Amino acid sequence: MCSFSLFAQDYFPSNSGVIANNTNYTAFTNAKIHVSPTEVLDNATLLIKDGKVVSVGQSVTIPKNTTTIDLSGKTVYPSFIDLYTTFGVEKPKRQRGESQYGPSRSGFYWNDHIMPEQDVMTTFKYDEKSATELLNLGFGVVNTHFPDGVVRGTGALIALNNNADNAMRIVDGRTSQHFSFSKSAKSNQSYPSSIMGSMALLRQMYNDAKWYEAGNIDTKDLSLEALNKNKNLLQIFEAGSRLNLLRADKVGDAFNIQYTILGGGDEYERISEIKATNATVILPLDFQLAYDVDDPFLASTLSLSDMRSWNQEPHNPRLLAENGIKFTFTTHGLKSKKSFSSNLMKAIEMGLSKQKALEALTTVPASLLGKSDVLGTLKAGSYANFLITDGDIFEKKTKLYENWVQGNANVVSDMTKNDIDGDYKFQINGTDYELSVSGSTSKPNATIKSNDKILGTKMSYKDNWVNLTFKTADSTKKEFVRVVANAANNNSLNGKAILPNGNELLFNAIKLKQKDADKKGTKKMHGDVEDEPFMSPITFPNLAYGFTEKPKSEVLLFKNATVWTNEKEGILENIDVLIKDGKIAKIGKNLSNKNAKVIDATGKHITAGIIDEHSHIAASSINEGGQNSSAEVTIEDVLDDESIDIYRNLAGGVTSIQILHGSANPIGGRSAIIKLKWGESAENLIYDNSPKFIKFALGENVKQSRMRRNSRFPQSRMGVEQVFIDYFTRAKAYDELKKSGKPYRKDIEMETLAEILNSERFISCHSYVQSEINMLMKVAEQFDFKINTFTHILEGYKVADKMKAHGVGGSTFSDWWAYKYEVNDAIPYNAAIMHNAGVTVAINSDDAEMSRRLNQEAAKSLKYGGISEEEAWKFVTLNPAKLLHLDKRVGSLKVGKDADVVLWSDHPLSIYAKAEKTIIEGVTYFDLEKDKQMREAIKKEKSELINLMLQDKNKGLKTQPVKKKEDKLMHCDSMDNEHTAH
Amino acid sequence: MKTLNKINTVIFLLCITLGFAQQTPAPVQSKDFAIVGATAHIGDGTVIENSIIVVSDGKITTIGPEASTPLTKQAMDIIDAKGKHVYPGFIVANGTLGLVEVDAVKASVDLSELGTYNPHIRSIIAYNTESKVIESMRPNGVLLGQVVPRGGRISGTSSVVQYDAWNWEDAAIKMDDGIHINWPSSFTRGRWWLGEDAGLKPNKKYNEQVKELSDYFAESKSYNKGDKKESHLPFEAMSGLFDGSKRLYINVDDEKGITDAVNFTKAQGVSKITIVGAYQAGNVTNFLKENNVSVFLRRVHTRPELEDDDYDLPYKLAKKLVDADILVALEPSGQMERMNSRNLPFYAGTTVAYGLTKEQALQLITKNPAKILGIDNAYGTLEIGKSATLFISEGDALDMRTNILIHAFIDGRNLSLETHQTELWKRYSEKFSEKK
Repeated sequence: MCSFSLFAQDYFPSNSGVIANNTNYTAFTNAKIHVSPTEVLDNATLLIKDGKVVSVGQSVTIPKNTTTIDLSGKTVYPSFIDLYTTFGVEKPKRQRGESQYGPSRSGFYWNDHIMPEQDVMTTFKYDEKSATELLNLGFGVVNTHFPDGVVRGTGALIALNNNADNAMRIVDGRTSQHFSFSKSAKSNQSYPSSIMGSMALLRQMYNDAKWYEAGNIDTKDLSLEALNKNKNLLQIFEAGSRLNLLRADKVGDAFNIQYTILGGGDEYERISEIKATNATVILPLDFQLAYDVDDPFLASTLSLSDMRSWNQEPHNPRLLAENGIKFTFTTHGLKSKKSFSSNLMKAIEMGLSKQKALEALTTVPASLLGKSDVLGTLKAGSYANFLITDGDIFEKKTKLYENWVQGNANVVSDMTKNDIDGDYKFQINGTDYELSVSGSTSKPNATIKSNDKILGTKMSYKDNWVNLTFKTADSTKKEFVRVVANAANNNSLNGKAILPNGNELLFNAIKLKQKDADKKGTKKMHGDVEDEPFMSPITFPNLAYGFTEKPKSEVLLFKNATVWTNEKEGILENIDVLIKDGKIAKIGKNLSNKNAKVIDATGKHITAGIIDEHSHIAASSINEGGQNSSAEVTIEDVLDDESIDIYRNLAGGVTSIQILHGSANPIGGRSAIIKLKWGESAENLIYDNSPKFIKFALGENVKQSRMRRNSRFPQSRMGVEQVFIDYFTRAKAYDELKKSGKPYRKDIEMETLAEILNSERFISCHSYVQSEINMLMKVAEQFDFKINTFTHILEGYKVADKMKAHGVGGSTFSDWWAYKYEVNDAIPYNAAIMHNAGVTVAINSDDAEMSRRLNQEAAKSLKYGGISEEEAWKFVTLNPAKLLHLDKRVGSLKVGKDADVVLWSDHPLSIYAKAEKTIIEGVTYFDLEKDKQMREAIKKEKSELINLMLQDKNKGLKTQPVKKKEDKLMHCDSMDNEHTAH
Repeated sequence: MKTLNKINTVIFLLCITLGFAQQTPAPVQSKDFAIVGATAHIGDGTVIENSIIVVSDGKITTIGPEASTPLTKQAMDIIDAKGKHVYPGFIVANGTLGLVEVDAVKASVDLSELGTYNPHIRSIIAYNTESKVIESMRPNGVLLGQVVPRGGRISGTSSVVQYDAWNWEDAAIKMDDGIHINWPSSFTRGRWWLGEDAGLKPNKKYNEQVKELSDYFAESKSYNKGDKKESHLPFEAMSGLFDGSKRLYINVDDEKGITDAVNFTKAQGVSKITIVGAYQAGNVTNFLKENNVSVFLRRVHTRPELEDDDYDLPYKLAKKLVDADILVALEPSGQMERMNSRNLPFYAGTTVAYGLTKEQALQLITKNPAKILGIDNAYGTLEIGKSATLFISEGDALDMRTNILIHAFIDGRNLSLETHQTELWKRYSEKFSEKK
């Protein structure tokens, strides 16, 4: 039956016989047919011919040359579609060898990882084994692509037709164009080395493609040609996580491209942001296994966030559906493809509607591919791709019998074979036996009991014949009874039994009434938990110390505090502070406000929130070191709103930070300046109308002093100067061309550098020794702009007069030194000397640990150099605000400024001080009391989840070993690691 | 004040004069001196207000309240320290000062040796007394420390030194005090470059590694009982652990590891042990107390290890252990630990914000480490007969606002508080003030 519809192409010669095409019809009658997710017909007929549906309905006229298959009691569904596979494609192995800065090809784009010209069909090899695996899961067609590179070229749609050749199977050889943030394994070109680099590269590529299309480039670039040619295909982006999904969408938005995006299963954490992308999400169904928490020591290292992922991920599809987000399912990412079905059932158990599930597997991908007329439903004209089941396909017990693709049947389980599962009774020689059979149509298993004793039993079941071998009741002997019985009759097994002595007896086992009924009864009784599965609350952010509801701005009145204004009023004793509408409303004696929450601050201190000029927390990447300039990248692209460091910094009284690019290259990337609004999404952390900053760097890091290879220019401080002069010279020319109104190739890197020249963007430069500090000021002066800030600036004290004259600020460490050669002359008196010379001085952290106690670091200026307390406090508040051009908004306690304030238990510069409340724009993001409560809640939730995991293990479900979640400590020299970045 | 008047008061002159080379160790005390009027923080939890401390031949000969402590008539220098504070010199337990000068310059690093079992490796001979990092300790009151080799399963043998010496022999106050081991970790990392998950997963080889360590101890013991005809340097070095002359320092953080390590040492017949790091020691305080195990507690200024941990866990751990009556000292290991060792007083200060009293916190860097290191006969507290290793601060030395040293002494020797850093400070301050 399987091959009756094998076609030969008309125009192909045949030397193996006569050309004989089968033009018969096949009719499937009396079935319940899901023509589409929204249309179900009972007792209907499906008529197919030549691999296509001819008609479907309850009154289909059946032509004479029709083979009819009676599907009474069976259900028919359209076969599933997997939009995101690498079916028939071998993933290239990573190239060993040295990384290189240039491309390894010519005639293509300058970056090897951009390969839109790649065509999946050039390497495609139909893989019958994988096809069968997918067929068994219910898939009929899959879209496949080459999983390599940032731009991966075109994908194709393949029918899983094991009985045809590619000519038949290729539904469409060019369906989609594929993207990712990961580099090609085939090239060692070092750029991009971070997610933000990949994002910048994609943007530049789109700009260049436009420029190329307009005919402005004389040379050939086959990559850009291909990209332009592919732009009307379905654009699929492999993001793999919620954060990357949003990042991918952001890249697309800038060029009016709506990607369809492979998600990570964690979209539910920020559902409104996901919805706002308008993207269709391709959802992998690889839910986590429960962790093996038997060992309490190991279990104690599990993070709440990992435990929640296990608990919450299965709810993701439901939550997407409830929020009107379109999605389709994929087998991508599953270690064992078999878990696809069980995970799908799990998602449905968690409340995903069956109709949505079916849409996600059929009409949604069909429509994305523009193939709704031939795929996804069983309407006339569609491919005859359908499933035959014994019932509702989204029920665990349902059996998938056949999966037809292009009119060819693939048998998954024999539908002619009777299901003989159940309990039977039989007698042999007057002894009563109980037989219980399970898994008869898949893996048959039998137990035989006699007088409550279990007898070792083996069973096989084939072609409706049962063979049973069981031990006799006499356990002292190794003797077996053998049975052969026919199962054609539904309610009994009839045959013969052969006794150990060779005697044969009639065998007749009668099926008992199903005991399922009472089973279900007991299930219901303690089934409350199962009916409404426990789901951990999704918090903002979704990890320990997250808020169940985002906190709101309040009217707060602090009474009787010592107030460090950072203004000419200085430090005021016994003063009240009123916060309203997110601003400082009043500072004075005996304030009152009837709507205010009053906080007694007697004996306590109130200050402006701490501002860290140099931070690397809360970002997924810090360095794009793939080139010596990376002005095109921005940390704003890669913020991580789920970093616990945000919370810990709040607990140290920090309210604003500049997340700087690292120091891997002389011209680094653009900064993100954020407020630590714990719980807000990455985008909402960024300052409104944020000042524009960029990181530059000098010295040992940029000249790669500690690398074994020396192939990237510059390798000396001498070269560093030339990099700057070269880039600024070109940026100047670029800017002049741009301003002239003539056409120009949009170059994001040059745009950024031109902003610096135009004093619209400011440099914070990582610097150590006096020679290079001096040099950069001279370069800036040569191009008629000013360096805004030297950060680290450990030898600033040697050129403080020059810094003052140039007008640059210094943001330094309190006392770090001796960690590398260029900090040999770093001294803790640096801040004091620079300050005394009139330089605006800040003390920064560059470190997620130190930033938790920048108040202590500021206090060191009292010890080292005798700075006054009031001035020292400004080193971590008002002065960094000035350096960041934010002093009109934050940095001091002044009526009208943002209410970013900290309530301290003690003198804020004292080692004995603790932040009790940290408030940003009137919202209390850290509160010592609340923190205590959250600790208890975390403990409780974790125990509940551990209990659930133990239940899973006791049910015999698979588990995974516990893992210890790490929070990577990022510094200036931290590089992306593809395995930890997210 | 009456007693004072009877004496020919000599105004104590600063030894420091311009041109005094920073690195030159102070000469042996030649004349007695008395520190008068200061608040003396003894280091054992007690405080004497308005105290008198007399130092003779490098030792404290008198200490007590001014009112009840008469000064003898001998000629001595008087240091008027009214309103100031005196502390015993702070002690860096589990330090590495002198073994590395500049972290990133490999040529200046002598921190660990090749190999897994290195009990015979001795840190003291690499200890660089001229380190510019060491001199930067003194102005903060950090005057003594352990010099500890790192790496491997058994890292090697440490010694205890004072921070103002001509050479390592001069510096040593307790040679070869103990052996340091790194207990097998409960978690290991996947080799991501081989396609494994890079995350931390339970260490499958834990038992195997513990067994290997156990075998090593057993073999060492057997060797030391034998005739030692053929010498085995590493086994030889282990002997001190079994005869009680050396302490075993075990670096381990997790609850299970700590328990296993303590039980291991009991089974091996090692009597003196200290757990180093001890991040989860708070969960096994009773066990540690029962077994009389002391702790070098990991750097206070660190981030919590696990995402869900209390944000202040590293700050408040000391309190938990002290409350359980466990002998605790603070240790500085971690990123940039050498230069950061001068922040030891502020590590202790932070534990005060999170529960301890100031005098309890002080013990974590004075009396307790001295006791664990076995130098408490001479160091760690201000007591009669003990070494005059102490300093005078303008104010509370655990708070950076007031940790401002006037004088510091090691064995009564009046130290220079100048450093490479103060010299640059003065040079450039002068440069700019002249300009004005």
